[in-house]
Amino acid sequence: MIVYILCFVLFLVGLYGVLTKRDLVKIILSVGIMGYAANLFLILFAYKSDSFYPILTEGKENLSRVDPLPQALVLTSIVIELGTTALLVALAIKLYQKYKTFDITKIRRLSG
Amino acid sequence: MILPYFIIIPLLAAFIITLIGGKKDTWGIALSIAAIVIMMVLSIYSFVIGKTETVTYSMSNWDIPIGICLVQDALSLFVLIIINIIALTSLLFSIQYIRHLSPDWKYYALFMLLITGMNGVVLTGDIFNLFVFMEIALFSAFALVAYGGKAEEFEASFKYAIMGSVSSVLILVGIAITYATTSTLTMAKIATILPQTEPIVMLMIGALFMVGFGLKAAAMPFHAWLPDAHSSAPAPISAMLSGVLIKALGIYVLMRIFFNVFGAVQIFKEIFIVLGAISIIVGVILALGQWDMKRLLAYHSISQIGYILLGMGLGTYLGLLGAIFHLLNHAIFKSLLFYNAGSVEIALGTRNLKEMGNLTKVMPISSSTSLIASLSISGIPPFNGFFSKLIIIIAALEVNAPWVAFIAIIGSLLTLASFMKVQRYGFRGEKIVEKIEDKIGLNMKIAMITLAVLCVVTSALIIPGIREVILDPVVNVLLDSSKYIQMLVGS
Repeated sequence: MIVYILCFVLFLVGLYGVLTKRDLVKIILSVGIMGYAANLFLILFAYKSDSFYPILTEGKENLSRVDPLPQALVLTSIVIELGTTALLVALAIKLYQKYKTFDITKIRRLSG
Repeated sequence: MILPYFIIIPLLAAFIITLIGGKKDTWGIALSIAAIVIMMVLSIYSFVIGKTETVTYSMSNWDIPIGICLVQDALSLFVLIIINIIALTSLLFSIQYIRHLSPDWKYYALFMLLITGMNGVVLTGDIFNLFVFMEIALFSAFALVAYGGKAEEFEASFKYAIMGSVSSVLILVGIAITYATTSTLTMAKIATILPQTEPIVMLMIGALFMVGFGLKAAAMPFHAWLPDAHSSAPAPISAMLSGVLIKALGIYVLMRIFFNVFGAVQIFKEIFIVLGAISIIVGVILALGQWDMKRLLAYHSISQIGYILLGMGLGTYLGLLGAIFHLLNHAIFKSLLFYNAGSVEIALGTRNLKEMGNLTKVMPISSSTSLIASLSISGIPPFNGFFSKLIIIIAALEVNAPWVAFIAIIGSLLTLASFMKVQRYGFRGEKIVEKIEDKIGLNMKIAMITLAVLCVVTSALIIPGIREVILDPVVNVLLDSSKYIQMLVGS
């Protein structure tokens, strides 16, 4: 149970960063942390203690195995997160070129 | 089997455009319009022949609980038709509009990926696959919002991207909990297992999905990204985002999950009503104070999404009928209004209502179609918006919720007020506009006239004979989720 709680704490750390940080790069990192927490969550659901990797090997057919599906899901989700992070970093670079700052409180031409 | 082609065609078009695009946009335009026309014809054809049955397609021939399946029923086909009609007009409108920004094929490739994502979300029957397609659609939406390359556009796109990623992570956690409790990702199978688990699980998953997809649908407490993103994007993209994206990614998925998978639980319907009522009132009040035309329209999207949520929350036959009908109507008139705003922006170079004037002489088509769209959105009788709002109000009175009906009526009146402002200052103002250079091409005019005609024609859907053929099968999917679940048994 303690691992789930720690995982949730990691998620909250990410959320806290997104909500309170003023630096664009720190916000991007916080979104990344939230994503890691979600992935870890998926992996934890698949894990069983004293179990074996889910590949058929001779002499080990009778062991209990971890669930392979969440691992496949996490791979997909990591690729998607890589794409998100790359896009966010590209946008942050463009924003720096236009506004000459990474401070989110100074990047506010849109309001109202 | 037509089903997989709704995903294959736009995806293939996107890659071919990038390969043979060269430096001009000719191939991009030709291929994307061809792809969209094919898909529109296919979707209308499949709606006509198969609207009452549920068709499934198992990818790579894996059996249904193991592999990914695509599901086609009346609801998904209905949303598919809306996506493709709006996309066709949006492409027609883009041809000249985008040449003002860059004479390039990249826009068309991104546009096709956006369509791929939305078609995939609408057709898939696997909840993780839905997440993947949703991300495809969102990525292209982030890039397209920033397409103009101005500082404000990057700012809006960054805001949208952060909010979108946070909501995607919440949805992913929801999917993880769903998998942990039900050991399956096929939505129909989840629907059979979930009622046997503890009620707290459904509440937890429901809360995560409600926040995640509510953020995509821009219902009121989750709306902050919408006015920026929709007003900064190029006009045809604003029309796509406001007209289709928030419905395919937000409303459609909410309907599918909360009605077909969870089976219309009372507490979630009550939450829908509250979210809808807040969205209607606050959205329209924020819109009243705007002078930027596209920003005003963006706030109205929030308010109109509120009507759809309200109809869904009532959950009766009439309520769902109103929600489905309003979904179609809002896609049509809101896209048309964004085209009007875009054509004025191209002709006069401004979006500020105070700087516009009397445009009835110099831009007859834009101003007359904008009048039709304004009357539709504010619910004036001969046009489609009146009928869908009327159905929602009657549905509210039917279930003895007069305050819901009252909020809907107040929202409609305030909508009328703010569109009087658009017409009074924007298109029929006192300032005489000099003869302007005619930058509005034939394609743009065709796109606007098509949608204006649809505004009038779709109000015919309310006539009983036509309603039973087109809208009733869609409502039946939502009222009776057994058909959606039965696809497991059938195959």
